[in-house]
Amino acid sequence: MLKTCGIPTEEELASRIPPKDRRKKGPVVMIECFQKIPCNPCFTACKRGAIQKFEDINDLPSIDFDKCNGCGLCISKCPGLAIFVIDETYSEDEATVSLPFEFLPLPREGEEVDLLDRSGKKVGRGRVLKVRNGKYEDRTPVITVTVPKGLSMVVRNIRVGGDLR
Amino acid sequence: MKDTEIAVIGGGPAGLMAALAAAEMGARVTIIDRNSRLGGQLVKQTHKFFGSEKEYASVRGIDIGRLLSDEVLKNPRIETMLDSTVIGYYPDDGVLGVEFEGKTFVKIKPKKVVVATGASEKFLPFENNDLPGIYGAGAVQTLMNEHGVVPGENVLMVGAGNIGLIVSYQLMQAKVNVKAIIDAAPCIGGYWVHASKVARLGVPIMTSYTIKAAYPNEATGTLERAVIWQLDDRWQPIPGTEKVLKVDVICISVGLSPLTEILWQAGCEMKYVPQLGGHVAVRNENMETTVPGIYVAGDVAGVEEASSAMIEGRLAGLNAAKSLGYDDGTYSEKRLEAIKRLQNLRSGPVGEKIRQGLAQLVSSGGDYNA
Ligand SMILES: Cc1cc2nc3c(=O)[nH]c(=O)nc-3n(C[C@H](O)[C@H](O)[C@H](O)COP(=O)(O)OP(=O)(O)OC[C@H]3O[C@@H](n4cnc5c(N)ncnc54)[C@H](O)[C@@H]3O)c2cc1C
Ligand code: SF4
Ligand code: SF4
Repeated sequence: MLKTCGIPTEEELASRIPPKDRRKKGPVVMIECFQKIPCNPCFTACKRGAIQKFEDINDLPSIDFDKCNGCGLCISKCPGLAIFVIDETYSEDEATVSLPFEFLPLPREGEEVDLLDRSGKKVGRGRVLKVRNGKYEDRTPVITVTVPKGLSMVVRNIRVGGDLR
Repeated sequence: MKDTEIAVIGGGPAGLMAALAAAEMGARVTIIDRNSRLGGQLVKQTHKFFGSEKEYASVRGIDIGRLLSDEVLKNPRIETMLDSTVIGYYPDDGVLGVEFEGKTFVKIKPKKVVVATGASEKFLPFENNDLPGIYGAGAVQTLMNEHGVVPGENVLMVGAGNIGLIVSYQLMQAKVNVKAIIDAAPCIGGYWVHASKVARLGVPIMTSYTIKAAYPNEATGTLERAVIWQLDDRWQPIPGTEKVLKVDVICISVGLSPLTEILWQAGCEMKYVPQLGGHVAVRNENMETTVPGIYVAGDVAGVEEASSAMIEGRLAGLNAAKSLGYDDGTYSEKRLEAIKRLQNLRSGPVGEKIRQGLAQLVSSGGDYNA
């Protein structure tokens, strides 16, 4: 449970998962922000109006999934590192997850990395497709990695190189 | 004796904003800080901040500090005294005693004072809590993020508030292994997004746990083991639930308390408000204490966040300048805007504690009603 260990339960997650129909159409955002805190840069970052205007800065982000094209420009702007983009249309048996990753060394494009779930447990291996690390990301690189199709809602971190723990 | 119109004590986000706001209205300001650079806590914050664009949301704390310091340093109305500690305030003649670089003693006579001294870390009593290897979270951040030195290899973090969670994250970024984050409360006190960020790295967060004792290595005398145990729903330790963790660092992050010495010396009416971190000065919504001409802003006025510290600083600066007669016609509008932004920040569920705390300052004579 989020409030006792920082890991959301299936029930907590349910309301954040983009609708199945939308996921079939291509990349789409998933925002794992569950608590009303004074914060709104996700709204400011989205130029397509997919994240609705915050009436109150403490509001939770509310998303119009049909306006979101999965561009991922909101990912590095979220100070909570709570935004991911999922593409379940990548290939027959693979999906992709784009995630914020503020650790060194950064993976290289094409490199194989460990895939981790929300508790940091290894759940498989994936291939890094893209590393976005420009001025816009401001030292919050955004990594796009392939994951086995069934793990698109499970993988939320990667590990480059050996196991530190 | 040195003269200035407004002395701002502390060059953190609150003090920097106070100085900028007062100078913007036309006043001459002197900022005094005991560190060798401006920025206060921001200098150590390598993570991106919350808030809205106006409070520099999604900019890293350290970059916010740089932005504000640059503005202050190039402002001709603001003078900066670094490596200078205010060690006394003499209320009879309104003089500040300042120790410069630990050597010279300087007296300053300001017309108004903004106290923005921030807060200091609380500590925790347990067996052997003075072993080498046991640090406050702030000290660990200073070591790592200012001096580039890691504190050790394996860490137990005590406290799952925002600071405990963020410092854990930064330790992991520096390749230091955080074995666990424990907290005596049944729920995580920090923002859940920060908790998820460290959970995803494989760091377990254990609520309803506290530290029982620490033990040294026989040969070196430095920390080698920590014993933690679980608490029941009445916060009593449960014998038999002890766990031993092999760690060479324990990092304590159990809250901050306002640094109020100067306010006591000045004779400000003080009140104990646990929601704000301890004793704080009774004040009105212009940030003026019960001693006319002395203002407070930031963590010293109630431990909160940099975002609110900046706006409180701005309010204090605007009002201190106004009370000296500086107003280019924009004062009322700017004051109202600041008050509104503070209200917005504090209006949600995580602001409830602060709202409760501030409400108590009213009952003991302040006319705070924001
Ligand atoms: C790990 C951590 C993470 C944080 N993350 C966030 C975040 O994400 N978002 C957010 O909004 N806030 C965050 N904060 C909180 C934020 O840093 C503080 O609330 C804020 O810095 C308070 O500002 P301040 O100006 O009141 O005090 P400070 O920043 O503490 O500045 C006080 C200054 O006063 C000086 N001083 C004190 N006494 C004297 C004296 N007698 N003479 C001269 N100088 C003196 C000190 O040297 C210091 O420079 C975080 C804090 C920590 C520790
Ligand atoms: S992925 Fe792009 S379109 Fe979708 S919410 Fe984020 S910024 Fe907007
Ligand atoms: S920027 Fe991130 S933490 Fe802030 S409201 Fe949006 S999703 Fe939540």
